[in-house]
Amino acid sequence: MIFLKRTLPLVIAFVMGIVAISIYYIPHQAAVDLNELLSKWDRIIAAFAAFLGVYSLLYLHAGRLKRRQVGWGYSVFVYLGFVVMLTAAIYNNGAGPLVALRKGGAYDWLYTNVFVAADASMFAILSFFIASAAYRTFRARTTEATILLVAAVIVMLGRVPIGALLWESMPELQQWLMNVPNMAAKRGILLGVYLGAVATALRIIFGIERSYLGGDE
Amino acid sequence: MQRLTQFACVAALFWTGTALASDAVETGTFGKTPVPDSVRALPPPLPTLIRAADVPSDNGKAVVVTWLPDSSTPSFVRYQVGVATDPSGPYYFGGEAPAAGPLVKDDPKIFGWSPADPDHQFLVVSSYMVPPATPDGNPERVELQPDRTYYLRFAVVGDSASAELAAPMSVTPRQNWIKLHKLNNLVFGLFFGVVILSFIEFARRNPNMFIRKIAGLDAVEEALGRATEMGKPVYFVHGLNSMGEVSAIASVNILGRVARRVAQFDTTLKVMNNDPIVLAVSQEVVREACIDVGRPDAYVPDNVMFVADRQFSYAAAVDGMMMRERPATVMLMGYFYAEALLFAETGNVVGAIQIAATDSYTQIPFFITTCDYTLIGEELYAASAYLAREPKLLGSLRGQDVGKAFLIAILTIGTALELAGIHWLTHLVAPL
Repeated sequence: MIFLKRTLPLVIAFVMGIVAISIYYIPHQAAVDLNELLSKWDRIIAAFAAFLGVYSLLYLHAGRLKRRQVGWGYSVFVYLGFVVMLTAAIYNNGAGPLVALRKGGAYDWLYTNVFVAADASMFAILSFFIASAAYRTFRARTTEATILLVAAVIVMLGRVPIGALLWESMPELQQWLMNVPNMAAKRGILLGVYLGAVATALRIIFGIERSYLGGDE
Repeated sequence: MQRLTQFACVAALFWTGTALASDAVETGTFGKTPVPDSVRALPPPLPTLIRAADVPSDNGKAVVVTWLPDSSTPSFVRYQVGVATDPSGPYYFGGEAPAAGPLVKDDPKIFGWSPADPDHQFLVVSSYMVPPATPDGNPERVELQPDRTYYLRFAVVGDSASAELAAPMSVTPRQNWIKLHKLNNLVFGLFFGVVILSFIEFARRNPNMFIRKIAGLDAVEEALGRATEMGKPVYFVHGLNSMGEVSAIASVNILGRVARRVAQFDTTLKVMNNDPIVLAVSQEVVREACIDVGRPDAYVPDNVMFVADRQFSYAAAVDGMMMRERPATVMLMGYFYAEALLFAETGNVVGAIQIAATDSYTQIPFFITTCDYTLIGEELYAASAYLAREPKLLGSLRGQDVGKAFLIAILTIGTALELAGIHWLTHLVAPL
């Protein structure tokens, strides 16, 4: 049991880690073919995992409905949405589930007029959240907040026509802020990220980091 | 008559190519000076030093032809390469380059940073077009195959006249076992690997090694304690990446540490996932963590849930749960996109203590604005080791810091050398 739960996953992580790194440096057709094979396996596993996700979602909401938990009405909508979309997809505008999804059917209509619209509404809320977050951040209580406020005002004004109208160098100044201080900070963060990713990968490949397996170290 | 025959031969050889190649060369004026018809009627001069070679560091499916263009070559000509598997033909269109095509010195990936013939032009040929068997058919693109000898004919094609190299060149593309242009990447990767592994070994022998403080991670205990005192749940919200990304693996590692502490505190932990594979791994990690601290009953399968795989559906559902359950602590871990602020602002509204960790630099400002603690970039990867307080894991953090110091030194020296007009260090570290 320990072998299956600990040793085997560590061996797989080590072998696949070394193989994946090696493939990056080997141009030989054998390496290209192996990479394609691994990608296929990845897609197959992901496809099966989708069923796992659906099962988890439906099981969770079934429990909520059964227990009449707070907000159980939302679970009704989960089931309603699932059944309606699944039925529309299977019906497939009269063509059945064994052919490619047809345009202009009920599924297409629901996707465009319900899902996309709801998705866009959720995205639109972001603008209000940005405004409230900006209000809190830009209150110039400290030196850092004041610098942030000034930089933000320059960038915002520099990107709209009124900025150039107020001061002709405003667009160039905002571009400089984006290209020099902003870019420097961004690249600094990215360098750290890549080093961190290398360190994490090494810890996992060599079995030093095992918390992804759960349990004891 | 001889020129006419030559033109007819070349035209026959490359009829497919001429038909398929871009017909962008205009027949009128070039710039402000029109090219006289008498010049267009002359066969263009054939370049010298025409060579064919295998493309290095590839899978043996491409060859490269290089040549030194004649200084009197008019700008409207094109260089064409015909490919055959037999020296006697038939030759099919393999590719063409304009008169002002790329130079050898422009492609260090193939020719290196200091090529012997920097001002030669080149053309990479990886396939050839076989004309259709029937008039209404489509031409077939045939890829070059490794270890097979191909014969190449080189021609300069003008508007109404052409010139062709008399003898075909033979070349055999070979498969290679190492990408030489990635050698610098490999060496630096090995160097950082050795540094990190050395510090892990060093930390094993010196368990009290100093590691810099990370405020956001020191606050994890406080945040979990607060949830325990308030009797409210802890929300652990995964980013949008799947298990194929290191940031998702780092988040799962942090989840393992958090789950152990939460199980010890007897607090409710709710883990939100938008990827089924991350869900499966998270379930296992939380379950094992609970068993490991002797609290198997603390694991509630329903609390590690798949919410939605679409970005804004995920955001809407998690925000809704936050508003209804008002968690005491919200941990946002992984790679986020536009939904980052939706989560963080909602968490702020419900008064939760929020700890965010992301390597998505576009979302870092939003988290800094709205969360109590933000782990920036590499701190996400350091978090698991930091929380574990295990010497060998902490050693890797020191290795990361040394790696960063090395990179800063390279950047400083490289900037100074570039300003002085010395480029070797830039070439040494440039990605190809």
